[in-house]
Amino acid sequence: MISYLARRLLQAVLVMLIVSVIVFIILHALPGGLVRAQLGPRASAYSVHQLEVTEGLLNPLPVQYGIWLLHLLEGNFGFSYKLNQPVAGLLANYLPRTLLLVGISSVLTVAIGVPMGLWQGYRRNKPDDHALSASMLILYAMPDFLLGVILIILLSLDLPVFPSTATAFGSSLSADVEVLVLPVAALTLGNVSYYSRYMRASVIDNLLEDYVRTARAKGNSRRRVVVRHVMRNSLSSTITNIGLTLPFVFSGALIIEELFNFPGIGLLFWDASQSRDYPVLLGVVLVVTASVVAGSLLADIGYAIIDPRVRYA
Amino acid sequence: MPELPTGTLPPTTGAEPEPPAGVSARSRSHLGRLLISAGEHKLAAAGLVTAIGLTLFSFIGPLMYHANETATNLVLANLPPSAAHPLGTTPEGRDELGQLMVGGQSTLVVGFAVAILGTAFGMIWGALAGYVGGFIDAALMRIVDALLAIPFLFFIVLLASITEPNLIIIILAITAASWQSTARLVRGEVLSLRTRSYVEVSQHLGAPHRYVIVRHLVPNVVGTVVVTATLSMADAILSYAAVAFLGLSVPPPATSWGDLLTTGINNLFDGYWWQLWPPAIAIVLIVLAVNLLGDGIHDMTEHRHEVRSG
Repeated sequence: MISYLARRLLQAVLVMLIVSVIVFIILHALPGGLVRAQLGPRASAYSVHQLEVTEGLLNPLPVQYGIWLLHLLEGNFGFSYKLNQPVAGLLANYLPRTLLLVGISSVLTVAIGVPMGLWQGYRRNKPDDHALSASMLILYAMPDFLLGVILIILLSLDLPVFPSTATAFGSSLSADVEVLVLPVAALTLGNVSYYSRYMRASVIDNLLEDYVRTARAKGNSRRRVVVRHVMRNSLSSTITNIGLTLPFVFSGALIIEELFNFPGIGLLFWDASQSRDYPVLLGVVLVVTASVVAGSLLADIGYAIIDPRVRYA
Repeated sequence: MPELPTGTLPPTTGAEPEPPAGVSARSRSHLGRLLISAGEHKLAAAGLVTAIGLTLFSFIGPLMYHANETATNLVLANLPPSAAHPLGTTPEGRDELGQLMVGGQSTLVVGFAVAILGTAFGMIWGALAGYVGGFIDAALMRIVDALLAIPFLFFIVLLASITEPNLIIIILAITAASWQSTARLVRGEVLSLRTRSYVEVSQHLGAPHRYVIVRHLVPNVVGTVVVTATLSMADAILSYAAVAFLGLSVPPPATSWGDLLTTGINNLFDGYWWQLWPPAIAIVLIVLAVNLLGDGIHDMTEHRHEVRSG
């Protein structure tokens, strides 16, 4: 177990290092360089040179990368000239809200998608299976923001139950709950199909295995075999799936936060993209990716605890 | 999956017509399977027809239906549907139906280009990793891991905001975020094929790399690749809509279904439903159609369930 953990942790660190190199390259691929991006096209050659000196941009690239990485490890993500604040403070403010949104939605997605997929696999090719498959396919074909808009039309305009913007987030607990309902619902509905589809296929695959035939031959009912054997086999991989879907959930959060004006890291990112605030853009990409990597690391550890085969693989 | 003698395989059902009447008892299960797969293929056929229909609508439509597609005319802004404008007008006073046709062009071009470019690039990357193996494989796949960990929309927006977005930039940015899973898939296939005895025998007999790749590897991964390409077209169209919603899209007067939908959302509280639903339906239809098509191709190229339950 220890060696598995160490290997998995090392892998996560490696992935983050590569991501940091990619982000660093993007930072330096900016037309005119980071300095031009910060000072604007009309800055004088003198002020450009001055900032290049103070920011250490005249060093060779590998040295610059090393210094930048050291700063990152110290929690120094640079300075947002547009918002006149250190980027680290902004990230610390906005990230927890997004983690809340993504966390609640992930739990709900699993809680809905997994049982639905189990049921569909059990009832394969029956009318209710087809009906569920069809509705899941339509949900999947909708862009996240369209799903959000439909929820707004139904539950905010036609039936004014929930607010259509999340600007009130943070004022009180009851306001937070009220404000979160529609964004969470939109994010969840968009991802349920992934789990239901996967579980359905997994159950159908498992039902063809020899152990199922053996269990049936011993006189177990089909239902009992599904509940006792197939479900356990199919469930364990759900945990890995949570890790695998995290990038999609965060991408969805970017859209949903923009649509509902939810003050999370996606909205911060979007505002930064409109004002070309590069230190913020890069900082957000780094912490969001770190969240994904940490999430899938946790998922894999959870999987290893449940399924002993993984530890020795 | 165990290799079964090919005799137990059901007849390949590409686009075969209904089986002849009066089948013997032995082939009744084949008939059942044929009917099931014909049903599945019906969905795929419906997807194909819809996709072709939307393509004709977008590219041939403007030749038959002439409307104001470029000029801004505020006198005609936000008009509800009428005889002159079957789907009403946009906030710029353009004809919504005409805009829908033009918007379909960039949407379909992006979807198609990303599917081709992303699949080709991912295929080369994955095949290289799987075939060469060793350190190169490890290095190539760690890069894939890293890119997959970056939530793709953040990655696309970051890439697109470095430059002024235009059609090419958007295609490249979405491609950059969508080739990785193909690479992983193809690498896995190549790795497993490489250890098959017929490939090993071929190598031991002195077949050059090129021969092994062309004769053994390519034909075996083609099915997987075609399916991934089809499904990635659907994903690319969804990504493009999302990117347009975030304000990064082709510069006006060019437009896309995502842009039109965003306009409709921005005017949601004014009740201009004709600006919201047509592009919404267009996007859902094309994504649905391409997905059904991809699933159909998948079923036609893979007989796993048919073999095992047969």
